[in-house]
Amino acid sequence: MLSASLIALIPLLPLFSFTLIALVGRKNFPGLCGILGTLSLLTSFILAATVAYDYFFVAGKVGDTYQQLIPLKINWLQFTPSVSIDLGILLDPISVMMLVVVTLISLMVHFYSLGYMKGEERYATYYSYLGLFTFSMLGLVMSSNIFQIYMFWELVGVSSYLLIGYYFDKPSAVAASKKAFIVTRFADLGFLIGILVLSYYSGTLDFQTMIVRLTTPTDQLHNVVTASFLGCSALTWGLLLVFIGGAGKSAMFPLHIWLPDAMEGPTPVSALIHAATMVVAGVFLVARLFPIYALSCPSALQVVTYVGAASSLIAALIACTQTDIKRVLAYSTMSQIGYMMFALGVSGYGGEHGLGYMASMFHLFTHAMFKALLFLGAGSVIHYVHSNEMKDMGGLRKLMPITHITFLVACLAIAGIPPFAGFFSKEEILQAAYHANKGIFALAITTAAITAFYMFRLYFSIFWSKTYHAAPADHDAHGSHDDHHSHGEGPITMLLPLLLLGALSVGAGFIPFGKLVTSDGKALISEMHITFSIAPVLLATAGIFIALSLYKKENATPQRIADGMGGLYRAAYRKFYIDELYLFITKKIVFNLIGRPAAWIDRNIIDGLMNLLATVTGKISLLIKQLQSGKLQDYAAYYFAGVMGLVVVVVYWWR
Amino acid sequence: MNAIGLPQILFISCALFFIGVYGFLTRRNMITMLMSVELILNSVNINFVAFNKYLFADKLDGLFFTLFIITIAAAEAAVAIAIIINLYRNYNTIDVDEVDTMKF
Repeated sequence: MLSASLIALIPLLPLFSFTLIALVGRKNFPGLCGILGTLSLLTSFILAATVAYDYFFVAGKVGDTYQQLIPLKINWLQFTPSVSIDLGILLDPISVMMLVVVTLISLMVHFYSLGYMKGEERYATYYSYLGLFTFSMLGLVMSSNIFQIYMFWELVGVSSYLLIGYYFDKPSAVAASKKAFIVTRFADLGFLIGILVLSYYSGTLDFQTMIVRLTTPTDQLHNVVTASFLGCSALTWGLLLVFIGGAGKSAMFPLHIWLPDAMEGPTPVSALIHAATMVVAGVFLVARLFPIYALSCPSALQVVTYVGAASSLIAALIACTQTDIKRVLAYSTMSQIGYMMFALGVSGYGGEHGLGYMASMFHLFTHAMFKALLFLGAGSVIHYVHSNEMKDMGGLRKLMPITHITFLVACLAIAGIPPFAGFFSKEEILQAAYHANKGIFALAITTAAITAFYMFRLYFSIFWSKTYHAAPADHDAHGSHDDHHSHGEGPITMLLPLLLLGALSVGAGFIPFGKLVTSDGKALISEMHITFSIAPVLLATAGIFIALSLYKKENATPQRIADGMGGLYRAAYRKFYIDELYLFITKKIVFNLIGRPAAWIDRNIIDGLMNLLATVTGKISLLIKQLQSGKLQDYAAYYFAGVMGLVVVVVYWWR
Repeated sequence: MNAIGLPQILFISCALFFIGVYGFLTRRNMITMLMSVELILNSVNINFVAFNKYLFADKLDGLFFTLFIITIAAAEAAVAIAIIINLYRNYNTIDVDEVDTMKF
């Protein structure tokens, strides 16, 4: 096993590059900052891969069970002998898997950005933010106690805020970053209260201890189940509140509104944060506390299931109507995370029942690969056509062959076509859903078909549809008529990550995940039933063919269908009016009923009190300032009168 | 005719004191005010000497105090006159009613 200090280096290296770039590099060697960040991440990735190899194949397994290892634990804040906040590293199958995913995707994005962000004015700042984000995310997945995970959770939120608002001279980016921060912060309030509830009843902040105390019949479990509030036990409340935090970060309905707007950030950032790593933090959190959910409080798990399933369907529907390619991808991310969530929700703990858990983690892993690939591919396309809108694209397959092939691979993977990565993980999820809940299964399989449809709508609109003509405005902007053709598909730094992730999107499905990552650490052998796979694959293929017939050649059919759908289409196009609903609640209800009275009280009562004090003081000073006349003899007279008064007092009253 | 006793001397010093106070409060000329202060000091001196003579004839404390006060009065007069000179340079007057810029 690697020594603890080397494991600690995995998150500390990005932190180091962040500090170095932010304090020194930005001023002194801005051009080298990208290389610096990439190299530190490369080292992190190599370390993480070594740790993963060691954990899975050398040191992690005792008997037939993967252990939770704590190679490092520092007692940080000791409040009382029994309550302390520790900083530690927890290695178990999911955290090791996440280490690999985060470092790998982050490395790809660092590398890709060398080309994509070249020439940006705040290039060095960009890399320092990336370093900060990677550090926070790695810290999050390695956290050994719930308070530590909360700190990194917030750090991740901050770095996401900084990166969404990277183009801070664009008002929409500023608004999006604020929206993302406020919505997730709002959810984190729930998370914090959940932490307090859980740690109060279990008497610990440590994950391992908390899970043991809240799953085996102990006094703590008894107390937390019997204490009730508004008809639910304290345990249910705690777990639900923690899930709210997770739902906010993972953009689950109805806290998803920030994710599509977050696409205002640079595209590689969307690939890293809003597709592959940060948004799955909510899934990770539920997985981290999964034994408590599954063994002690199945009702909270039900909520997770339904929220996940609803999010995945709603997002898929919205994705069919969006025209901004990044927004389509954002909604597809939300939909896939919904998949992971309900996979966790339908799962049980241990043995055969843990299939959903395994499937969820598997899907998290494969999704990170192909979704990062999709975003990076979209980045290349945007880099090429200088637009996010589908209507400005089309016919790019000859002009960008590598992007075209890798994007196609990723689309096939997300649609669940064998033998691409997404097929395997999706099959596991569908199987788990089929065994647990037929309604959820029906929903999931519908979503799978819709997913295939909208992904291929995207694919055909970008790469087929019509022959590509660069928009004239772009020529003016760049001053040269053959600008597009001269800069080609993109530099090698942008193509290499595409190829690598493409290879992974093909191959990642063959990893025997059931042997490595399961709910109880024991290997879970899941069989592929060919007959079971027929229906989902057929549905997905049907979705692809519908997309093919509608979008391969530019024609008027899609518009006719959209018109035919009428209200439904418009509702989906406007994202089911959820943004408007939020606006209505905040502007009309919160502002009028809470904001205005609060402002009135502040302005009239609080300020009034202060003004009163000031006025009284002023009046009194106006009255008595006449005494200070500047005339020496007046003062002498006062003094004399005072002395005489004292004399009188001393002589007649002072006995 | 009676010998002069303590009450008579105390009466004189008391009168002197209040003459000094009156002068200090009413005269506008700084020099005159300084002289009034000297009157007040001297009334105190008379008190010291008188009490020493009539009540504690075998001691000298009162006389020493008087000597000290005279010394200090001399020093004080020097300081006060320096102040007055500076005042005159700045305002071209030593009338205290004119010098009232230090106010609210």
